[in-house]
Amino acid sequence: MPQRMLPEPTPETKHFWDGCAEGELRLQRCAACGGKSYFPPRPFCPGCGSREVEIYKASGKAVLYSYVINMRPRPDMGTEPYAIAVVQLDEGPRMMTNIVNCPQTPEALQLDMKLKVSFSKQSDAITLPFFEPA
Amino acid sequence: MKQKSIAVVGAAETTKMGKIPDVSVIGLHADAALNALKDAGLKPTDIDGVACAGLSPVELAHYLGITPTYADGTAVGGCSFMLHLRHAAAAINEGLCKTVLITHGESGRSRVGAGGFGRASSSLMGQFEMPFGPAGPPTMFTIPVLRYLKTYNLTVEDLAWVSVIQREWAAKNPRASFKDPITVDDVLNSPMIAWPFRMLMCCLVTDGGGALILTSADRAKDFPQKPVYVLGTGESVETPMVSQMEDFTSSKAFRVSGKKAFGEAGITHGDVDHLMIYDAFAHLPLYGLEDLGFCKPGEAAAFIRERNTAIGGKLPLNTNGGGLSYMHSGMYGMYALQESVRQMRGIAPAQVPGAKISVCHGVGGMFAASGTIIFSNEAP
Ligand SMILES: [Zn+2]
Repeated sequence: MPQRMLPEPTPETKHFWDGCAEGELRLQRCAACGGKSYFPPRPFCPGCGSREVEIYKASGKAVLYSYVINMRPRPDMGTEPYAIAVVQLDEGPRMMTNIVNCPQTPEALQLDMKLKVSFSKQSDAITLPFFEPA
Repeated sequence: MKQKSIAVVGAAETTKMGKIPDVSVIGLHADAALNALKDAGLKPTDIDGVACAGLSPVELAHYLGITPTYADGTAVGGCSFMLHLRHAAAAINEGLCKTVLITHGESGRSRVGAGGFGRASSSLMGQFEMPFGPAGPPTMFTIPVLRYLKTYNLTVEDLAWVSVIQREWAAKNPRASFKDPITVDDVLNSPMIAWPFRMLMCCLVTDGGGALILTSADRAKDFPQKPVYVLGTGESVETPMVSQMEDFTSSKAFRVSGKKAFGEAGITHGDVDHLMIYDAFAHLPLYGLEDLGFCKPGEAAAFIRERNTAIGGKLPLNTNGGGLSYMHSGMYGMYALQESVRQMRGIAPAQVPGAKISVCHGVGGMFAASGTIIFSNEAP
């Protein structure tokens, strides 16, 4: 199986990927507009344009928001069907991920089920944030 | 834009449609362009504005021997042509050029002279979506749908009805790829592609192209074809990542684009005789009907199932058979525009009798972008 497609961090996203490698899910929030969290990473607030933003460690808690189960696996993803999911983090933002330690079936994957982050080291540089039933 | 200040005076698709292994991408652009020029009674040298997506307008202009004073390479996916049309209308009104050629050609099936599909691994999509296994539009465009179904207490059967009714329209179109009738059971028993989407809820993959020629309304009456006037236009973009769309049950780009177009056109929904909604997948007509304001949120599925958009219904929708049954080369927006123009000229295979206003709504990327064009066949 070919190496899984992995992200190439940029200066603006490096803190997120460094966080995953250190076992932390890092989000950003804006000081100017009431501490609203946002994702994906960028060095300013997409709500108001302020550069006064901070990086913080998120709880890692989420619910399953929506998903598909891909029946024709991408070559680097193995041979079994897998869910491509979007989770809603407790802090507000949504992110794409995979759901692990759970059968990849419509019966097992119920919308709004509680999840928690589960880090998976892929290479020396990259650890991916997956989610599993909480 | 000013209502009816611009008209479509040339419109054509590629000579062949479906599987065209003997023509490259640029060849499909040129074939469609030459057909549209013939339709309008023009030569390439009569064109002074060019627009295309997928190919650079530089490549297009040079290939056809055009020296333009206006070039638009807006490439936001399958609705790029709606945006080209909108920008061309503004450009002609502003005097940047007089006659604009918009082309599309795509070797979606045969992949002759076609580039690859991919995103840089440093892009936001490359970093925050691709590592989790998306394998093209059937696994991305579809991601919001389980949330939509749950929110409105709908089922996959509601998606299946979209495919069934569009196939009825396709049966009337000799150029449609799929014409045989299908049932809801057929759709629900077709191979699973990406739960909850089965094959018959997904668009075709074909080769083809199309082209449009626009000029000012006052010049339009001197052309051989019945002019099709542009009544209103809209466009917007939301996000390059489907996972980041603001509302999984509604497209912000659809709402903004549609509202702008209806506002410019100065019409109400009851004035609309014919509707095209880009249907790469079966959920798109549902989102489109709701986000354009034809149905309240959650009510589009019943609207379709009750045959309002079917043959003989009050709002004929996707009368060429749509991307689900007619053709879909990758960027389907051009074919939706072609069908609106045919309906306004009164020459569509499944002609809506007496249709005077057609709304043509496109999507680009995975809910990334949108463009809406409203046409009228009544002279200003
Ligand atoms: Zn802010």
